[in-house]
Amino acid sequence: MLTLTCPYCGVAAEETELHPGGESHLKRFGPGSSDTDFEAYLFARKNPKGVHFERWRHLYGCGKWFLAARDTATLQVFGTYRAQTPTPPAEIVAAIQAARPHWQPDWDTSPPRNAEGDSAPGLGDDPAPNPTPARDSFA
Amino acid sequence: MSVMTPASDATPQHGATARRSGRYSVFAIVRQAMGLHAGWGRAWASPEPRRRYQVVVVGAGGHGLATAYYLGKNHGITDVAVIEKGWLGGGNTGRNTTIIRSNYLQDPSAAIYDKSLKLYETLSQDLNYNVMFSPRGLIMLAQTEHEMRGYRRTVHANHLQGVATRWIDAPELKRLVPIINIAGPRYPVLGGLYQERGGTARHDAVAWGYARACSDMGMHIIQNCEVTGIDTAGGRVRAVETGRGRIECDKLAIVVAGHSSALAGMAGFRLPIESVALQALVSEPIKPCLDVVVMANTVHGYLSQSDKGEMVIGGGTDGFNNYTQRGSWQHVEETVRALIETFPMLSRLKMLRQWGGIVDMTGDRSPILSATPVGNIFVNCGWGTGGFKAIPGSGWAMAELVARGTPGPLAAAFGMDRFAEGRFIDESVAAGVAH
Repeated sequence: MLTLTCPYCGVAAEETELHPGGESHLKRFGPGSSDTDFEAYLFARKNPKGVHFERWRHLYGCGKWFLAARDTATLQVFGTYRAQTPTPPAEIVAAIQAARPHWQPDWDTSPPRNAEGDSAPGLGDDPAPNPTPARDSFA
Repeated sequence: MSVMTPASDATPQHGATARRSGRYSVFAIVRQAMGLHAGWGRAWASPEPRRRYQVVVVGAGGHGLATAYYLGKNHGITDVAVIEKGWLGGGNTGRNTTIIRSNYLQDPSAAIYDKSLKLYETLSQDLNYNVMFSPRGLIMLAQTEHEMRGYRRTVHANHLQGVATRWIDAPELKRLVPIINIAGPRYPVLGGLYQERGGTARHDAVAWGYARACSDMGMHIIQNCEVTGIDTAGGRVRAVETGRGRIECDKLAIVVAGHSSALAGMAGFRLPIESVALQALVSEPIKPCLDVVVMANTVHGYLSQSDKGEMVIGGGTDGFNNYTQRGSWQHVEETVRALIETFPMLSRLKMLRQWGGIVDMTGDRSPILSATPVGNIFVNCGWGTGGFKAIPGSGWAMAELVARGTPGPLAAAFGMDRFAEGRFIDESVAAGVAH
C-alpha cells in the first residue's frame, strides 16, 4: 500500500487515510484568461509515466492538503512537502535525481525562492479549487 | 520444368475474398481432423515492417485492430500497419471483465455504444471467428432510492434513443439472479435496469478475430514494436520511430488507451487524459450459478460467470495516476466486501487471480475520437473503464475519421474540442462508476 508522510502532522499515512487530488503546481487561469489557457488549466494534464508531482489530502488525519513527488511507473515516493510551495523544493529534486540521474526539472529553477515554502505571498492554505473531477473510486 | 506452380490456389488479388489463414467452418474442422490438426495455418502473419504505409495504427488492442479492420472493410484502405509495443491484445483488451452493454444516458454515447453492440451481435459471422458473444442479459442493480430514480430515468432515455431496456422489480430480479440477497441489511436490492441484449464476449477472441481478418486483407500486424518517437514537420506527421526502425505514413492513428499521453507528448500536444489503474479478479471455477451480468454501482462491484465457471469480478479504479498494471489490495477488499453482502455465496470462494490495467480517464468520462493539432494524426482514447464493449463501434467510427479526415455521425460529438467549448458528454453520473 502506498504510504505518504504528511508534512504537517508528520504521520506516515497509508493510502486509505489519504485522498488523491491530481496534478500539483497548476497555475490557475480564471475569468479573463484565454480559452486555451483556461481549458489547459481545467483539463490538460501531463500524466507522465515516471516522476509526477501531485496533490494529496490527509483526509482521515489533519485534513490538510500537501504535495508529493512520486513515480507513476514504480510507485516509488520521493518525498512530500507543503502545499504552499510554488515549485518542488531542492531536497525533493535531489531525492528524485538520486534515484533517476537523468531526470531534469521542467520548471525554471534559477531563483530558488520559498524553498521552505511557509509563507509564499498570495498562496494561502487553499491554493486553488480542486481542478480534477471527483474520482470514480470515491463515488 | 523447374518452376513449381501452386496446384490450386491462385495468388489472392488484394486479399479480397481468399482467406490466407483458411476459412473456419465445421468442414474445415473435419478436414483438419483427418490430418490430426497439424495443418491449421497461422491466424495472422508476423511480417517485417515495410518502410512506408498509407496508415499506421499504434496499438494492437481491440480498438486499434478494429480501426484497421473497418479501414479495410468500409473504406478500402488496406495499406495499413498496426504496430504494438507488447503482444496483440495484451493490454486492456485482455484485462477487462468482458461486459457488453449499451444502456447509456447521453445521445452520442447511446449511439456509439449501441452501434457497437449491434456489430457484436454479428461479429463472429463477419469475422469468421467465434468471439463467443453471449447476450445473456445485464442488470444494473438499484440499491438506493436515488439510484432507482436514476435508472428509471435511464430506461426512459434509452427508449427515446431506441435502446431496449426495462426496469425490473426486486422479485423479478431475484428470479433472474437466484444467488442474490435482495434483503441486504445495508444496501437492499430495490430493483434493476435490465438490458436483455447485453452480455459478454471472449475478450482475446475479439482481438484475435480482428487481427486475423486484418492480416487476411494484407495488413501488417507488427508486435514487439514500441514507438519511441514521432517525426513531425510543419504540423504533419512524417514517420514514427520504432524499436524496429523508422516507419513512414500518410496518416497516423494513436489508439493506445493508458499510454495516450505519452504518444501525444511525442507528437507535441497534450490530452485531457489521466491514467489510473483499474483491477479485476476471478475466483476458482464453480458450477453454473449466474447466467446474467450483474453490476452493483452503489457498492461498486460487478460480477459475471465465465464459460469456464470462474466468477469474474471487477471493482473501482485507484484514485491516483498510475502506470503499474497491478492495482491495490484495499480496492480488492472494498470490492469483495461489498459484493459478499449482495452475493453471500461468494464468501466461500477462493480467488484465483488478480490483475490490473491502465485506463485512460477523461474529465467527462466519455471517449475522445478526434483530429489533433497535428493535421494527419488522429486519436482514439479516453474509453476509461468501459472500452471493451465499445470496440466494434469505436473501430467503425475511428476508421471513418481516419479515412475521411473528418468525423462521421458516430464520432462527431467526441472531438477533443468539446473540452474547450464546454460541450461535455457527461457519463460520470449515468455510467461512470462501474462499466
